[in-house]
Amino acid sequence: MSDKNLDFSYTTVPTICPYCGTGCGMLLEVIGGKISGVLPMKGHPVSDGCLCLKGWTAHEFVSSPDRLARALVGKDGDFKEVGYTEAVALVADAMRETVENHGPDSCAFVASARCTNEENYLMSKLARFAVGTNNIDHCARL
Amino acid sequence: MSIREKARQLFAEGVDGVLAFKRTDGVCIPHLFTKTEVEEICKDVPADQRYPVAGIVRRIFLSGLAGKIGVVARGCDERALIELGKQGQIDFDLLSIIGVACSEEQARYCECSKPYPSRIDVGSRFEGISVSEKVRAVESMEGDERLAYWLAQFASCLKCMGCRNICPVCYCVECSLEDENLVRRGSVPPDWPVFHLLRAVDMASRCIDCGLCEESCPSGIPLRTLYKKATEIVKELFDYEPGADMTQRSPLGTIGDQSELPGGAFEA
Ligand code: SF4
Ligand code: SF4
Ligand code: SF4
Repeated sequence: MSDKNLDFSYTTVPTICPYCGTGCGMLLEVIGGKISGVLPMKGHPVSDGCLCLKGWTAHEFVSSPDRLARALVGKDGDFKEVGYTEAVALVADAMRETVENHGPDSCAFVASARCTNEENYLMSKLARFAVGTNNIDHCARL
Repeated sequence: MSIREKARQLFAEGVDGVLAFKRTDGVCIPHLFTKTEVEEICKDVPADQRYPVAGIVRRIFLSGLAGKIGVVARGCDERALIELGKQGQIDFDLLSIIGVACSEEQARYCECSKPYPSRIDVGSRFEGISVSEKVRAVESMEGDERLAYWLAQFASCLKCMGCRNICPVCYCVECSLEDENLVRRGSVPPDWPVFHLLRAVDMASRCIDCGLCEESCPSGIPLRTLYKKATEIVKELFDYEPGADMTQRSPLGTIGDQSELPGGAFEA
């Protein structure tokens, strides 16, 4: 029998659930190079082989056609792909204008339980210090 | 013999891949090994990190298996493979089983009636536990007390679907737990007891008692005890034991005394 590449392949990749700050351990099932399922990671110090409904379905969004993979800007009734520099400049301009006209509390910031501490710290600085609002929250408010 | 040695032997005999375990980042993960990766195969299976091996085989088959595979299997994994084979979900003939006998400690934890596969390559045989103390303990409760016990358990369900998702012999494309006529959408805990009894009834003729469902339940509901009882009833009524051997016909595969439903050969 040769060492030919199999027409099929199966492996699992240990990772952490992307959905909330609990950080449950999971294995992504990869069949034929495509992420196709989730298994709970046995013996994980946080979740010890259990997941919630979101964790069990966490593989589904990865290759979902609905997923936003690029910066899009609404122009002439349609969404147009733009570079990040342009997208960020647009957001900054709009935010500056809003703050000037309606005050800093007209803005809100949504951080993420799946970012690092440092990233969330920076987000907090941006909201409270640069813009001047306490309107900051995050996705782990379950 | 170690799993790795047995895998080498199977590769020499011409299997295309071996489903076994690989140690990475301190955890053991299921992986389909090719011949060149054989040295990475874990020599043993870690007792406390069990995965639904038969379910994985089914998914590999579904993806369009193009060869023969070796599979590391404990007693329960082999039972699940047999049950899936009988129900036309996998082609059992394409599999070579690397049989692993469970330790006495594992068998006691599982209250397993047959903690070894039909041929043992690794480990030594410990005779099974024939009476489940956990089932007896629930049975010894008075009717009202028992009902209250189960209802309290079911009320803690998060509807994570983990019990179904991890189960090696759950494969229905349309799952009755998602049928809105039976279980309402969008309510947690799910309608009980119907949610849990539906699953118990569905598993009664299929559950091979691996206990993975119970291990995956974030609420710690003693599902295994429930399904052990359900399969006990099926054994009593129909003399059927899921996964015991290839020849027994499932009670759901027969209509009345004479007629049998077609076996449902596996088609990729
Ligand atoms: S049910 Fe438990 S003891 Fe029985 S074969 Fe499986 S792992 Fe081993
Ligand atoms: S013990 Fe649970 S996971 Fe295992 S076969 Fe039975 S129902 Fe499925
Ligand atoms: S694993 Fe437990 S919590 Fe999750 S759906 Fe099943 S019984 Fe409910």
